[in-house]
Amino acid sequence: MLLEFKDVDTHYGDLHVLKKVNYSIEKGEIVALLGGNACGKSTTMKTIMGVVRPTRGQVIFDGQAIEKLPTAERVRRGIAPVLEARRLFPRMTVFENLEMGAYLRKRGPEFDQDIERVYALFPRVKERRDQIAGTLSGGEQQMVAMGRALMARPRLLCMDEPSMGLSPIFVEQVFDIIQAINRSGTTIFMVEQNANMALSIAHRAYVLQTGQVVLSGAAEELRRNPLIREAYLGEMQVGATT
Amino acid sequence: MTFADLLLQQTINGLSLGAMYALLALGFTLVYGILELINFSHFNVFMVGSFVGLWVLQQFGLSGQEIVLAGLPLVGVLLAAFVVTMGVSGGIGVAIERLCLRPLRNVKGPAAMITTIGVSYILFNIVLLTVGADSKNYPNPVPAIHYHIGGAVLDLRVILIWIVATILMLGLYFFVQRSRLGKAMRATAQDAEAARMMGVEVDKVIIMAFFLGSALAGAGGMIFGLYYNFTSFLIGFTAGLRAFTAAVLGGIGNVPGAMVGGILIGLIEAMSAQFLATAWTDVIIFSILVLVLVFKPSGLFGRIAPTKS
Repeated sequence: MLLEFKDVDTHYGDLHVLKKVNYSIEKGEIVALLGGNACGKSTTMKTIMGVVRPTRGQVIFDGQAIEKLPTAERVRRGIAPVLEARRLFPRMTVFENLEMGAYLRKRGPEFDQDIERVYALFPRVKERRDQIAGTLSGGEQQMVAMGRALMARPRLLCMDEPSMGLSPIFVEQVFDIIQAINRSGTTIFMVEQNANMALSIAHRAYVLQTGQVVLSGAAEELRRNPLIREAYLGEMQVGATT
Repeated sequence: MTFADLLLQQTINGLSLGAMYALLALGFTLVYGILELINFSHFNVFMVGSFVGLWVLQQFGLSGQEIVLAGLPLVGVLLAAFVVTMGVSGGIGVAIERLCLRPLRNVKGPAAMITTIGVSYILFNIVLLTVGADSKNYPNPVPAIHYHIGGAVLDLRVILIWIVATILMLGLYFFVQRSRLGKAMRATAQDAEAARMMGVEVDKVIIMAFFLGSALAGAGGMIFGLYYNFTSFLIGFTAGLRAFTAAVLGGIGNVPGAMVGGILIGLIEAMSAQFLATAWTDVIIFSILVLVLVFKPSGLFGRIAPTKS
């Protein structure tokens, strides 16, 4: 077990966001977290990274409780985020953004290797390395954001809406790359609105509704689940269930 | 003096004042860049720095106007005075952040800014009550060597001020551009939450911004003393407001912008004193502040707009 949520509650002031949530993610998996707007998906990501602290429950990473640890310590232990809407440092160069991904690591041959690995995975990023990140297209920014996260050599990659705002061709590319990253040994926990795409590459998925896990299981099964088909795969025009 | 000589002379004067304003403006810009806070206590960190420099020079036996040291020993003493002044000023900046501002970090609204005004008055009154209200003579340890360029005069002292200011500004620029912590500062200024999730400890970055900004203000305070040959508990407000204008003019949050803005304000001050009247200096400078805020709030070197695609 790489990451586990045990009965996690979170609050923003009086607003109860996550309600007794349980997740468990095995090493080597791609796990998708599905759900509509404001259901607690992004809060889940922020809770993993330590930007939001649970009011109750435990977050366990690699056998140790991490819910009280500062964000930097979690990054050091091997959790890296690909943030919603990319969130690159807009006035820094592409290369500097990649460097920031490796902020807690030493410079040296390993760093150079990882840069080369990112360039091999994303040739466009190499072409643009001296460009100011804020001037890139959305798709290019997504590549830099993923490259930046890989520079931390994460064991767990937490991706928040990797397909958001991208053209369909780009979405396919991004998902291919996510699979490639996973095959090289990185566990992936992915929040995604695009349930169809997410379920096509994920091993398992959780469905979150108003802060509670309402469904979970193998991606294949969830794809056939009528409730999912209605609500997230757009096969019937039923009112939103979020 | 011909018009050209006057112009040259005022350029020399303006560059000296500008160097001082630029050092002071950098502190506003560093802190604003990260916390979006206008730090009014910065005014009087500059003033305290001026007194710390005076005290250090006196410890080395430099008071009055006579030259007691020359050559390398003089360079050493000046270097020591700048280092101690910057260290103490930087420490004051860090203390202000830790004691007065960090507890207010998550308080919304103008509480933090108003606190900085309060701290500014505390420093102001501490100096008033301990050293007194009269202005103090600043030693002039640099030999009175003058170079004549046409009708204009360039003092060795002024060259020294330029050298110190240039080294400090280049140092800061390379620190912010190249060093790991400097990059963390820029990243935090651009997106604090994202920087945090890269593993940046934002509190450390904030401390660093206060330390560097306050240290530079201390150096600026010592330059004030060396340039005008006096210091007083009152010097913070005028210089501070002009330097704040410089930071806004260059685009607040923008490090090279603060440097250029500072130089411009210095030149404007020198020129208006020569060609208009000293009394008009502040009218002109603060009109610039208002005009920039109304017509180009991002300043001369406004930031490159981030694209949210």
